[in-house]
Amino acid sequence: MKNTIAVRIADFLKSYPPFQLLSPAELDRISREITVQYNIKGEILFSEGDPCLDYFFFLQQGAVEIFQTNDSASITLDRCDEGDLFGLRPLFAGDRYQISARTLEECILYLIPIEVFSPMIGSNTKIREYLLQSLASNTHSHFVTTSGKSADPADHPSSSLPPDLHELKTVNYSKRLISCEKSTTVKSLAELMNTEKVGSVVIVEDELPIGIVTDKDIRVKIASGSWDIHTAVKDIMNSPVICYPPAITVAQAHLAMMKHGISHLCITQDGTPNTRAIGMVSEHDLIVSQGNNPYFLIKAITRATKTKQLKKIRRKVMHLLEQYMESNLPMTHVSRILFELNDATIKKCIELSLAKMPAAPPCEFAWMSLGSQGRKEQLLHTDQDNAIVFEDQPLETYKDTHEYFVTLAKAVNKRLLKLGFDYCPADMMAGNPKWCMSETQWKEQFTSWVQQPNEDNILLCQVFFDYDISYGTLSLVNSLGEHIFKTIKNYPLFISNLAKSAIQNPSPLGFFRQFLLESNGEHKDQFDLKKRALIPITDAARLLILNHEVKNINNTFERYDKLAELEPNNRDLFLSASYATKVLLKFRTRQGLMNNDNGRYIDLKSLSKEEKIKLKRCFNTISDIQDIIKLRYKLVNFL
Amino acid sequence: MKTWFQRKQENKYPEFWEAYIQSISEDLPKLVSETTFIALDTETTGFDLKEDRILSIGALKIFNGRIDTGNTLELHLSQTHFNPKTVPIHGIINQPNYKTITEKEFIEQLLKYIGNAPIIAHHASFDISMINAALIRNNLPTLKNKVFDTMKFYKRGLITSNFIDRDRSYSLDEVAEKLNIALKDRHTAPGDAYITALIFLKLWRKWDKNRSLKTKSLLRLQ
Repeated sequence: MKNTIAVRIADFLKSYPPFQLLSPAELDRISREITVQYNIKGEILFSEGDPCLDYFFFLQQGAVEIFQTNDSASITLDRCDEGDLFGLRPLFAGDRYQISARTLEECILYLIPIEVFSPMIGSNTKIREYLLQSLASNTHSHFVTTSGKSADPADHPSSSLPPDLHELKTVNYSKRLISCEKSTTVKSLAELMNTEKVGSVVIVEDELPIGIVTDKDIRVKIASGSWDIHTAVKDIMNSPVICYPPAITVAQAHLAMMKHGISHLCITQDGTPNTRAIGMVSEHDLIVSQGNNPYFLIKAITRATKTKQLKKIRRKVMHLLEQYMESNLPMTHVSRILFELNDATIKKCIELSLAKMPAAPPCEFAWMSLGSQGRKEQLLHTDQDNAIVFEDQPLETYKDTHEYFVTLAKAVNKRLLKLGFDYCPADMMAGNPKWCMSETQWKEQFTSWVQQPNEDNILLCQVFFDYDISYGTLSLVNSLGEHIFKTIKNYPLFISNLAKSAIQNPSPLGFFRQFLLESNGEHKDQFDLKKRALIPITDAARLLILNHEVKNINNTFERYDKLAELEPNNRDLFLSASYATKVLLKFRTRQGLMNNDNGRYIDLKSLSKEEKIKLKRCFNTISDIQDIIKLRYKLVNFL
Repeated sequence: MKTWFQRKQENKYPEFWEAYIQSISEDLPKLVSETTFIALDTETTGFDLKEDRILSIGALKIFNGRIDTGNTLELHLSQTHFNPKTVPIHGIINQPNYKTITEKEFIEQLLKYIGNAPIIAHHASFDISMINAALIRNNLPTLKNKVFDTMKFYKRGLITSNFIDRDRSYSLDEVAEKLNIALKDRHTAPGDAYITALIFLKLWRKWDKNRSLKTKSLLRLQ
């Protein structure tokens, strides 16, 4: 019987090992027996010591952590991504799992029945080999093995390795060696480099490396006119080649490059030019293998060519954040670095999506990040808020232009979602046609919001006071900003409504000074840190700074620092508000990292007495700030 | 003529219908995680309940977060009525190269497959009405199953806010995109049923993190 869903599953499986080794008939049979399972984040799929299930797992979408528990501490052994197999124990010896598996994101899993799959392995040694390798990579930490063959370190967070030990790890060299003969012309060499997308080519004679030509040589020797493009490569190649054995460590490779002033090393079987060349290490490989250094991460982000690569880098970013939080670095520093990393990520997503568009943008445009990223306070993967503004268009081209940018924005929104930035639940995203408009339309929209300052419009405006340009033409965004300030000045009623809304958020403490918890819904009995603390303090900062017509400071604690400077009589209060913002942000980040979520809801039981007191102190500051607002905008009779 | 008509009325329903009624009378399990649901989608010749007919149906069973690919239902109906306008949408032509069955056979197989399981569909009322129209044409009563609409369920999860147009309707494509579900095999009945099933699973677990939601409460959520 026809089974469309099975066909679709077979279609997906056939591009992944070991299924690509199966015959179409076998693939068809197996996909008809597969069970599709959906899991949310943080669910245990099986635990160490559990009796084996009668199927193994293929991860179709999501991420799974393989871990082992030793003396109550859990050690990450492996991290599975789309297309990986795990839980293979029942295919081989053993009737109990020796490891545990937990979902790190929401996952779609294919459960593959052993009974059907087992006979297919039988004669096929390639399949058996692949499965054994997967089993081994699941059960042993990659960071303990010293063999250069271990899996790509970029795939794994270096959390299990002390940071300083990274240098001693063996280099993960590229085994895809691009080489040519010494008689090849420079022209065809350059073509080879282009098609293979490499920066260097090894010149070989009888499989032995006799020279190397890099991007730099082409630039220095050919482009400068010193040599003709029809020159044979042997005349311009660098010789002899600096060779190293496969076991070279990261530190060694770095030193070797520095010593010789080069950016590529050739890997040969025994480390001398007298054995076969087997691979290549570039400076870039070293950079990528370096885990947690913002400089390297930025470089890796700008070099990424796929969302998948970005996703791996984002994991490292989160790991970096974790380390920062552990070492208690100042929040000002942390938020600046994370802002830069997020900003680079957003830029990259836009670049990648632009490259996929059928045509170049029809006119100038700008991508604005709103909300927390606009305030440079987005540390965790929280919701994305963004918008597009483009140049004014004549009526006849407007529709196409608008459509172009909406399509672009949808692609970018989707990429960001894949990286872990959830969609904005209120749909305040550039992919929403209403949030992708021309300059004049935005201005008109804004004026109408300010003229009718009802609750919704005020909310919408608030998002727009905290914007940051992520990509595109700055002048578009600036002119929008100026318009906003000008309009508000003409409508004093708007400001007082804004003030009203700033103090409207529910109080964090009850009458008896106890924490007010959520009384229903998904987060029942948890404390909503965002709604009850972060939003009020952010709203207040925005309002107060607006009064001074200060532009270009979007960050909440920087706003309070500025206010302290502008209003010396309230200096202490504003400084403590700045401090409170940082504390609250830190709480949220800690909480988010602990639960691998956006940190919005806090389980009070997880806080120590000291932390609770600290939180309450922040709340006092918030209520003092709100008192100032009430007085300044004479809101007392309003309430 | 009149006596023939009366006899027809008194006639007992066919056996498969009685079996279906028997299974419907059984209570549903208490928890969502213990209940089997049917996700289904129909492709039709058009949107007119009287004129148009079901071309094909895809259905699958969901049990505790799982979809069993071995146990799906895929039926194609032989057509007496043909609307060339809808061919470009789902590519089903009048002379198919797969096995087709009569409407009666279709009803029999469908009822046997669904039993008392609650039916999940996107814009469910349309699919259910089309099936009911087929039942009525075959002198049978209408479906008795509980129905669960993923479109209504999705809307239920959106924030209550005036930014969101409460009356707006969301297509399967839109909802799938928002929930990060890959859109392959669109416009085949089984492909759409599969996407509907994934939408259901994602939304269900959003409400029910620890799999303790009661089936009754879920059915009230839409």
